[in-house]
Amino acid sequence: MEKILEVNDLHVSFDTFAGEVQAVRGVNFHLNKGETLAIVGESGSGKSVTSKAVMRLIPNPPGRIKEGEIKFGDRDLAQLSEKEMQKIRGSEISMIFQDPMTSLNPTMTIGKQIMEGLVKHQNMSKSEAKERAIELLKLVGIPNAEGRINEFPHQFSGGMRQRVVIAIALACNPRVLIADEPTTALDVTIQAQILELLNDLQEKMGTSIIFITHDLGVVANIADRVAVMYAGKIVETGTVDEIFYNPQHPYTWGLLGSMPSLDSTDEELIAIPGSPPDLLDPPKGDAFAPRNPYAMKIDTEMEPPLFKISDTHYAATWLLHEKAPKVEPPAAIKKRMQGMAPSEPIIGAKDGGKNV
Amino acid sequence: MSSQEKLLEIKNLKQHFKVGKSTVKAVDGLTFDIYKGETFGLVGESGCGKSTTGRTIIRLYDATDGEVRFNGEDVHGKKSAKELKKFNQKMQMIFQDPYASLNPRMTVSDIIAEGIDIHGLSTSKKARMDKVVELLETVGLNKEHANRYPHEFSGGQRQRIGIARALAVDPEFIIADEPISALDVSIQAQVVNLMKKLQREKGLTYLFIAHDLSMVKYISDRIGVMYRGQIVELAESEELYRNPLHPYTQSLLSAIPLPDPEYERSRKRKVYDPEKHLPKDGEERVLREVMEGHWIACTEEEYQKYQVTV
Repeated sequence: MEKILEVNDLHVSFDTFAGEVQAVRGVNFHLNKGETLAIVGESGSGKSVTSKAVMRLIPNPPGRIKEGEIKFGDRDLAQLSEKEMQKIRGSEISMIFQDPMTSLNPTMTIGKQIMEGLVKHQNMSKSEAKERAIELLKLVGIPNAEGRINEFPHQFSGGMRQRVVIAIALACNPRVLIADEPTTALDVTIQAQILELLNDLQEKMGTSIIFITHDLGVVANIADRVAVMYAGKIVETGTVDEIFYNPQHPYTWGLLGSMPSLDSTDEELIAIPGSPPDLLDPPKGDAFAPRNPYAMKIDTEMEPPLFKISDTHYAATWLLHEKAPKVEPPAAIKKRMQGMAPSEPIIGAKDGGKNV
Repeated sequence: MSSQEKLLEIKNLKQHFKVGKSTVKAVDGLTFDIYKGETFGLVGESGCGKSTTGRTIIRLYDATDGEVRFNGEDVHGKKSAKELKKFNQKMQMIFQDPYASLNPRMTVSDIIAEGIDIHGLSTSKKARMDKVVELLETVGLNKEHANRYPHEFSGGQRQRIGIARALAVDPEFIIADEPISALDVSIQAQVVNLMKKLQREKGLTYLFIAHDLSMVKYISDRIGVMYRGQIVELAESEELYRNPLHPYTQSLLSAIPLPDPEYERSRKRKVYDPEKHLPKDGEERVLREVMEGHWIACTEEEYQKYQVTV
């Protein structure tokens, strides 16, 4: 498979009065052509900072990319000048943000906002750009596109606004689309529409997507591969089936266990005790150790490397070391592992679908 | 439910807001009961009026019309300051945003003890402090936290402080308005587990308002689904998820993505189109019980049909 983007040993820090906050501490991942990679983690785990670093949107100062390379084709994005980067942003890599109200300019019509990139990057004339803008609005499912192109963001609902943001992001046919929690601010039914739209567009245009979220339901819906982040590092990565049906890292267990499933009755939720570490002074060893019921002595002394489980599945936990004791994952996780026990379809899925 | 004693009765509750010349009917004729010791979940999308319902019940807004009876007593209407105080002690609220709902200039002990002071529940400074420490420990914090300020805490810890504050006056009934939406997944589970534990220990009754249906299903005994200011379906939570009857409930349930890729690949979403679901001859839909404990907003004709399918 062709790798379109490759991030190697990325470190991002922010210099604050209190000291250096190491938000991203050595992240490695790649994005294949035409796939969706989901990055999951709690707030403060560094998932947004990672994606912003790829776009070179980390404000400097206080932030800086300390180390690492971001390979996009034959270029290293970490080394490019701001001018070179501007040519890439919005045309080859573009981004969708969480809140559609703050990412649109309230004083410009949405038509103008879509045309901006087309005129700038593709040297289109105004009339060409307008035609394309109408096309894009139709593509993302906005009815009466010809009329609505002259309206302002406040005249659209939240879901419609997010469609406009997607239209802007897709305007120049980018090769990579970074979506940073694009559905978090939306209601479930609107969220479902936006996810369907993204899946649809990806099929049509072959865009590679990095999807950042903390909602594991959304991940299961949209991702081909998943990277789980904790305290500025990727602790487990694998295909979506590997992460959901054969998770290996205790943090992934915790995340999966803390969500109630709709078909379960009274099982206690597995809460991960405590809270994430302070990245001003990251703990020695495994950063998850203080919250990890399975932590061993070595976890407090040495950081675990990524252990290989399959060609696509890696996890950073000492539990996978050959000398580590065998541990029993929590009951809910074991259920996932055994026969992958898929939930009983609730509605709609009963009849249709390709139930395997 | 062990007991079917009604703690709260809500009858035809209405809350209309004047916006310029027009009126927004945020809550438009709600009728439901909450039993002692249960958790009643209220779900719906943003703007459906679920938060307004909670705020109206606790008298943060004056109701436009309707009745709220708590332990058989009417809550709204004219009340003396003394009666109000008594009522305020029994009903407390936990808010969504743990950053905005705690006064940044007060210490944690003052925040928690504010209710104790107002209601004169402690006799001495020491008794007051003991109570604060006890509450902090109940919600999983410790006594060193008492003299700190809210900014020194994380979101999950702040929500625990909010819960301790609500518990301080020994309420019977707590309205939790999206208490976990602002928290991370792993912290959500901590707070939900805590709320469940407190309910078991203190026999609390909850009104749990949220848009996250899987969490609501997990914590609630019964659930009401709201749409445009009205309850469209009400049933025990298992029943509602197994056998949703109203097309809006079906669309809502079919839209939730679950952490299960196999299921996600086959999930089919149902779309609710209110235009296609208009009752014939403009007949109004009212809540009717189609089987024991399962209520649905329907017309007479639809009621007959539901009876057949059930």
